[in-house]
Amino acid sequence: MKKLFPVHHVMGYVFSLVLSVVALSVILWDMSLAVGMTILIICAAIQMGVQLFMFMHIGETGTKTSLYTNIAYALFVGLVTVFGTLFTMIWGYQ
Amino acid sequence: MKWDEFFVTGEPMIYGAMVSIVVVSLAIVIGLTYFKKWGYLWREWLTTVDHKRIGIMYIISALLMLFRGGVDGLLMRSQLAIPENGLLDAQHYNEIFTTHGVVMILFMAMPFIIGLMNVVVPLQIGARDVAFPRLNAVSFWLFFAGAMLFNLSFVIGGSPDAGWTAYFPLASNEFSPTVGMNYYSIAIQIAGIGTLMTGVNFIATILKMRAPGMTLMKMPMFTWSILITSVIILFAFPVLTVALALMMFDRLFGSQFFTMANGGMDMLWANLFWVWGHPEVYIVILPAFGIFSEVISTFSRKNLYGYASMVGSMVVISLLSFVVWAHHFYTMGHGAMVNGVFSITTMLIAVPTGVKIFNWLLTLHKGRIEFTTPMLYSLAFIPIFTIGGVTGVMLAMASADYQYHNTMFLVAHFHYVLIPGTVFAVLAGFYYWFPKLFGFRLNERQGKLAFWLIAVSFNVTFMPLFFLGLKGMTRRMYTYSADTGFGPLNLIATIGAFGLALGFILLVYNIYWSFRYAPRETSGDPWNARTLEWSTHSPIPDYNFAIVPTVTGRDPFWEHKKGGHQLYKGKYEEIHMPSNSGQPIILAGIFFLFGFSMVFSWWVPAIIAGIGIIVMMAVRSFERDHGYHIPVREIEETEARLRGEQA
Ligand code: HEM
Ligand SMILES: [Cu+2]
Repeated sequence: MKKLFPVHHVMGYVFSLVLSVVALSVILWDMSLAVGMTILIICAAIQMGVQLFMFMHIGETGTKTSLYTNIAYALFVGLVTVFGTLFTMIWGYQ
Repeated sequence: MKWDEFFVTGEPMIYGAMVSIVVVSLAIVIGLTYFKKWGYLWREWLTTVDHKRIGIMYIISALLMLFRGGVDGLLMRSQLAIPENGLLDAQHYNEIFTTHGVVMILFMAMPFIIGLMNVVVPLQIGARDVAFPRLNAVSFWLFFAGAMLFNLSFVIGGSPDAGWTAYFPLASNEFSPTVGMNYYSIAIQIAGIGTLMTGVNFIATILKMRAPGMTLMKMPMFTWSILITSVIILFAFPVLTVALALMMFDRLFGSQFFTMANGGMDMLWANLFWVWGHPEVYIVILPAFGIFSEVISTFSRKNLYGYASMVGSMVVISLLSFVVWAHHFYTMGHGAMVNGVFSITTMLIAVPTGVKIFNWLLTLHKGRIEFTTPMLYSLAFIPIFTIGGVTGVMLAMASADYQYHNTMFLVAHFHYVLIPGTVFAVLAGFYYWFPKLFGFRLNERQGKLAFWLIAVSFNVTFMPLFFLGLKGMTRRMYTYSADTGFGPLNLIATIGAFGLALGFILLVYNIYWSFRYAPRETSGDPWNARTLEWSTHSPIPDYNFAIVPTVTGRDPFWEHKKGGHQLYKGKYEEIHMPSNSGQPIILAGIFFLFGFSMVFSWWVPAIIAGIGIIVMMAVRSFERDHGYHIPVREIEETEARLRGEQA
């Protein structure tokens, strides 16, 4: 029975709920922009780790090349989307 | 809400549509009951997890949607045929170009391509199915639920009318108060989840299930194009998912992401939409490149020229496609820096695309060319797509785009890339792989006639739009006065559109005629082709390959036929197959109800349906189904029967 129970997934689920609540607190309580952003960024980073390790089992793959290609691709697209959006919508806006 | 607000009222054309929907549905139900086909339909199709059947269902849906989108196109062209025409009013025209755009891209081009890849990819890599057959069925049914929900909008509640791009603030509650844009945000979301799953499924299939000996650099070009396409799907669709969800929050729950006040930013929608939207155009065009590569190589009787550069250029395109999106809104107030950067990245894409065009030309060079219908589409693609590409580079110059932006020039440009790039490609693929699925070819004479009608009418329809655009006719304009002088060219374009319609009718007739009269073939290889899918029987047995093929080169079946290589070694063994399931269609049905309730903000049914979705997933998680096995004796019998031997 112990083997059948998906401990990792349940833990991951609880973690992501907790992290979401913490992130929500940023708008519920008054705090300065810097503090709020710090909390959000830290939460986001941990959240990413939870997703990758607890749900996607990123440590368990056999072939490292496909893993690294995938991560490189994801980073490329993610960074381009975030910084490209900042670039077009804020920094480069007249 | 009153009933006359629920149903769309006061439009004779829509009453007609309602009546015909009811009549057709009744006819289907009565027909199925009369011929006692319900059981057959349920067992063989609605619950299937077989990639071939799922592919066929995708393609049938895509053809239906092509009809719907095509009628939209004809209506618009009829309205524009003469100045001050009164066929459609402004609101109706807005709704039609919106649904035309969405239907053509998301519910015609996408499923047609996904249908072909479902049919072909497992066969090309020598696999017995995709990696996750059940998930594949879920993908299809979610797409279907989304498409039906979207199409329902024009009789119930009213169609979306803010353009297929749904720019804010126009798409907000304030300026689009009907439920139309709710349909947009929810129906596309449901279909999009299905597409995302398809992407995951095909990446896993292609990476993990290739026949022994088929290294990545020995994969057929179509399979390569699908791998790259799936990667783009995987990374682009989440952006759409998020953008649509934010839109839904704004419209249903009063959040302020895309508003013009309270810290919202209306332009952010346009930005996110195109972060997905530009990769999306490559999602529909790269498979086309793959199809043309297969067809051109087969009918030139040569192997594909520049294989490695073909692969390389697709990888480069997949990366570049993520860094060009702002070229869709050069005129919305960015500085020179932003426009400059995006101009350059956009023009860069022309380089790998050009590499591909030259590779096809060099494949043709000195080949023994055979002018079959699929080959004709592929050959016509090259010059027409090049016109689309060259005008694309014109549009890419930000400063010049201030002149072209939102004119008919743009409309002409994207039809010049989308129609040869996507429609010609899927038609070529359809003619090419059709005999694999059904065991007979579509009639070539009718096929060629339809081709010429379509290819010529296409140019008659869209060439005038370039000039109309340069003269200043804007897009999405429901009428114009005679003084503008736009009349004659518009009339020519409309005549062309009816020629196109005739071509498509001929194509449908060709399918019908061939089902009845075309001679059946037994070889399984009617085109004398090169890749693995042609080495098994047509029609294809459930398990695709009785023995898993071993591969040593890029054109394994060709080498096999030339006697250099033995494809099938060893003897029959029991085959493990996935069993059918009714869960995917039920799940999608619940998604449909969920979406419909959300569109009208009926919270109680929405919550019930939402719980239903979770229950379905739980049921699936605790299910134990290990599939079934086909015994050796049954394989022997099937093989003998398909070879034409009498048992
Ligand atoms: C079958 C023949 C077709 C005809 C006659 C046709 C005609 C038209 C017309 C008249 C417009 C609107 C022009 C305007 O007033 O702005 C339009 C828009 C559009 N078409 Fe087509 N079209 C056809 C096929 C296609 C195909 C195959 C696709 C995509 C694969 C497509 C995608 C679009 C898109 C995305 C728009 C823009 C919609 C918008 O403005 O929101 N069309 N088409
Ligand atoms: Cu673009």
